[in-house]
Amino acid sequence: MNISENTTREPLHETADGDQLLTFVLGDEEYAVDILRVQEIRGWSAATPIPNTPSWIKGIINLRGAIVPIVDLRERFGMTVTPYGPTTVVIVLRAIQGEKERTVGVVVDAVSDVCSLREGAVQPSPDFGTSVDTGFVRGLANLAERMLIVLEIDQLLDFDSLNDISARTA
Amino acid sequence: MSNGLFSGQLRNIFIEETDDGLELMEQGLLQLDAGTGDSDVVNSVFRAAHSIKGGGGTFGLTPMVQLTHHAESLLDQIRLGTRSWSSEIGSALLSAIDELRSMLETVRNGSDAPPQPSSELLARLESLTDAAFGAAPNSEPSPSPKVEVATEKQFHIDFSPHADLMATGNDPLLLLRELQRLGSVHVTCCDERLPPMELLDPRDCHLTWTVRLSTISTVEDVQEVFAWVEDECDLEIREEPAVDAAPPAPDAEAPVAETPATAPAAGAAPAPVQPPKDASAASNEPSRPKKTSGDPGSIRVGIEKVDALVDMVGELVITQSMLSQLSRESDASRLEALRAGVQQLERNTRELQEGVMRMRMLPIGVVFARLPRLVRDLGRQLGKDVELITTGETTELDKTVLEKISDPLVHLVRNSVDHGIEGADRRQTLGKPARGTVEITASHRGGAVLIEIRDDGGGIDVERLRAKAVERGLIAPSDELERAALLDLIFHPGLSTAEAVSDISGRGVGMDVVRRNIRELGGSIEVNSTPGEGTRLTIRLPLTLAILDGQLFRLGAQTYVLPLVSVIESLVPHTTRLSALGAGAEVYRLRDSFIPLLRLSKLYGLPGDARRLEDGLLIVTESPQGPVGLFVDELLGQQQVVIKSMETNFGRVDGVAGATILGNGSVALIADVPSLTRLHGVSPSRAPNGAQHCAA
Repeated sequence: MNISENTTREPLHETADGDQLLTFVLGDEEYAVDILRVQEIRGWSAATPIPNTPSWIKGIINLRGAIVPIVDLRERFGMTVTPYGPTTVVIVLRAIQGEKERTVGVVVDAVSDVCSLREGAVQPSPDFGTSVDTGFVRGLANLAERMLIVLEIDQLLDFDSLNDISARTA
Repeated sequence: MSNGLFSGQLRNIFIEETDDGLELMEQGLLQLDAGTGDSDVVNSVFRAAHSIKGGGGTFGLTPMVQLTHHAESLLDQIRLGTRSWSSEIGSALLSAIDELRSMLETVRNGSDAPPQPSSELLARLESLTDAAFGAAPNSEPSPSPKVEVATEKQFHIDFSPHADLMATGNDPLLLLRELQRLGSVHVTCCDERLPPMELLDPRDCHLTWTVRLSTISTVEDVQEVFAWVEDECDLEIREEPAVDAAPPAPDAEAPVAETPATAPAAGAAPAPVQPPKDASAASNEPSRPKKTSGDPGSIRVGIEKVDALVDMVGELVITQSMLSQLSRESDASRLEALRAGVQQLERNTRELQEGVMRMRMLPIGVVFARLPRLVRDLGRQLGKDVELITTGETTELDKTVLEKISDPLVHLVRNSVDHGIEGADRRQTLGKPARGTVEITASHRGGAVLIEIRDDGGGIDVERLRAKAVERGLIAPSDELERAALLDLIFHPGLSTAEAVSDISGRGVGMDVVRRNIRELGGSIEVNSTPGEGTRLTIRLPLTLAILDGQLFRLGAQTYVLPLVSVIESLVPHTTRLSALGAGAEVYRLRDSFIPLLRLSKLYGLPGDARRLEDGLLIVTESPQGPVGLFVDELLGQQQVVIKSMETNFGRVDGVAGATILGNGSVALIADVPSLTRLHGVSPSRAPNGAQHCAA
C-alpha cells in the first residue's frame, strides 16, 4: 500500500457524521468511493478477456462462482497504462443501475485509506482539466490539504451504453 | 378474514391438487376405456372426483362442484355395480374433465367464478345416470318411491372428532351437511369436552355430535360421508330399529341450521367453520392481485430428494468445521489432513450441486400422461385403431426442458396417428395387424435424454417429398440428395404448409417449429423412415439447461467451450480446399459441399496469429444456416460445464452464450454459434441444409 504519503496525514474526523469513503490512488490523483458500495478488496488475478469490448474492460473473473467483470480505471480514464505491480488491487464494487445491481471489480494502483467526510464537504466539480469524464465524478473534497475525487460509480460502471462504445472501437 | 386465507397458498395447493386429481381421473378413465381397469381404478377415479368436489366447495367454486357432482353420481353407480361401463360414459366423463380443466384454468388466472358447465354436458351426464337403472343388467331393485318408504332406516351416529380434526383441513359442519343430504337428521351437540376458557385453543375441536338420521341410504353411504376423517375422529354408526322413526321431520331442520351458530360460540375457531359457500365473501375482495404470468411456478419435490439434500448439507457443515479447525491450528504437519479436508469439501460440493439439480428434475411421464387421451380421441375421430405404448416414464428431465418439449411431443405423436398409421382396411390389405402401434420411449443416454417416437405406419414417401421440394424450388431436379438429406426436408419451413401435409404422407405442418423448439433447448431431432414399415423420430435433449456437455477448444491463450450437441465433426483443414468468396468471406469444401469458414480469432477480435490452415483445426458445427466450420487453434477435452450468465453483472456479448468456470477456477466463455454466424454475416442459403450443393 502507498503508505509513505499517509504518514503526514491528520487523524480521521471521528465526529464526522457524513459518508465514509474508501480512497485509492491512480497515478498522482487520489479518488474515493462510497465505502458502503465496496464489497471486498482483492489482489489482481488474470481475467478472461471478453471479445469485442473496449480495452479498459479487462475481462471477467470467477468470484466464488459469480462471473464478475473487471474494469481498469486507468484505461477507463485514458491515463497511461502501467504494468500491474504488487500494490495493484481490485476493488469489488456494487453498482446500482435502476433496478439492476451489478458487481464489478475495478483495478486501481493502490488502496490508501478510509476517511469520513462531513456532510457537504463534497463540492460539485468544476469542469477541470483532468482526463476524467466529469459525468463519473460526484464531486471534489478537500481532505487535509489533499484533493479527493469522489466517483459516481453507478454511472461509471454502467455497461448498458457499451454497445455504442464497442461499435466505436470496432 | 374468511377469504384472505384462501387467496394465497391454500388456493395454489387446491389448484395443484385438483390438477393432479383430474390427471388421475383421466388416466383411470382411459384404463377403464381400454378394458384394463378394475374396481380399484373405479374407486380411485371416484375418490379423485370426490376430493375435487370437496375442494371446489371449500372455495365456493359452484360450477366445479356442480359438474363434479354429476360426474361423481355416475361414477358412484359404476362403483356400486348398478351401472356397467360403456365407452359412452367414458366419453362423457372425459369431456367433463376437459371442462373442469378449463374451469381450473380460469381459477388459476385469479377468477373466483369459473364459467358455468355446459348444460349439454350436464344433461348428458344426467341422462346417463338416470338411464343406468333401466339399462344395467344386474341392477339392484330400483329405489322407486314405494321402496324408499319401506327401506327407510334409522341410524344413530356418535361423531367425536379428535382435537386436531380441523388442522387436517376438515370441517365437522360440512360433514353434518353431507349427512343432511342423505335424509332427515336430528343433531345434538355435546360440549362437555370443552375446556375452561383460559385453556381453550380455538384451533382445536372440542365438540362432539350425536346424529339421528332417517334415510333410505345404506350404512356404507353413511360411512362414506366420514371417509376422509376416519382417522381423525371416534365414530360409531348404529342402525336402529325402524320403530324409532319417531322424531318428526320439521324438527330435523332446526338443529342443523343452528350448528353454525353454536359451533363458533362454543369456542371452535370461527374462521374455518364459517360456511365458505357464502358468496359475498368471495366477491368482497375484488382487489385480489391477479397472478398469471408473474407466477414463477412451483415444483413438487419428492421428500427423499429433500432428505438427501439435507444429509449433504449436514456433511458439508461437518467438513466446514473440520477445515476451520485445521486453519486455526495452521501447522505444516497438518497439511495432509487439510488436503483430505479440501477433497472432502470438493466431493460434498459436487454432491450438493447434483442434489440441487435433481430437485428441478421431473419424470417425463408427466408429459407422456397427456398422450393416451390424445391418441384415443384422435383415433376415434379418424376411425383408426391405434395403440400407444409408452416406456421409460421415470426418465427425469429438467422442469424447464420438460415444459418446452411437451408441445413438440404431442405434435409428433399426433402426426404419427394422423399421417403415419394407415386406416384399418388398408392395414389389413398390407398384411399388418389392424391395430396400429405408436411407441414412445424415453431413456438416458450419457448426459442426454433420448426420446424415440416410433410408428408402424406407412413411412415417409421420399420420392413424393422430393417432388414437392423440387416443385417449391428448394432443390434442383438434378440434385442427387442422400436419403437422409431428403428425409431431413420434412423439417424445412418451405414444406410446412398445410397443403403439403396431406399431400406428402403426412408430417410437414410445424415440423420446422418442432425442430426449432428442440434446438432452442440445445437438443436435436432425427428422422428415419422405411416405406411401408414405419417412421422413427429420435429426439436428443440435454438433461438440464444449466449444464451442458462442452467441447473445449483453445484460441490463442484462452480456452473456450462449444456446446457438444451442435458439433458435427472436427478435422484438420487443408489450404487447397479453401476459397475466398469476396471480401473477407471464405468457404471450405467439405467432401461434396461448401461450408462457410469462420475464423474465430478474427470474430473475437483476438490478436490473429496468421497461421496456416493446417496448423489449426476445423470444428464443423450446426448453425441456423446449416453447417459452418469454426477455425480454432486446438481442440481440448470434453466436459460438462455449468452455464453462468454474463448478463447478471455485465451484459450480452455477441458471439458468446455465457461463461463457465473450469476446474482450475478460471473462467471460459461459451461460444454461441448462431450469433457467431450473424457476427460473420453468413446469410441463409437457399438449400435446405445451408450447404450449397456442389456440382458433380
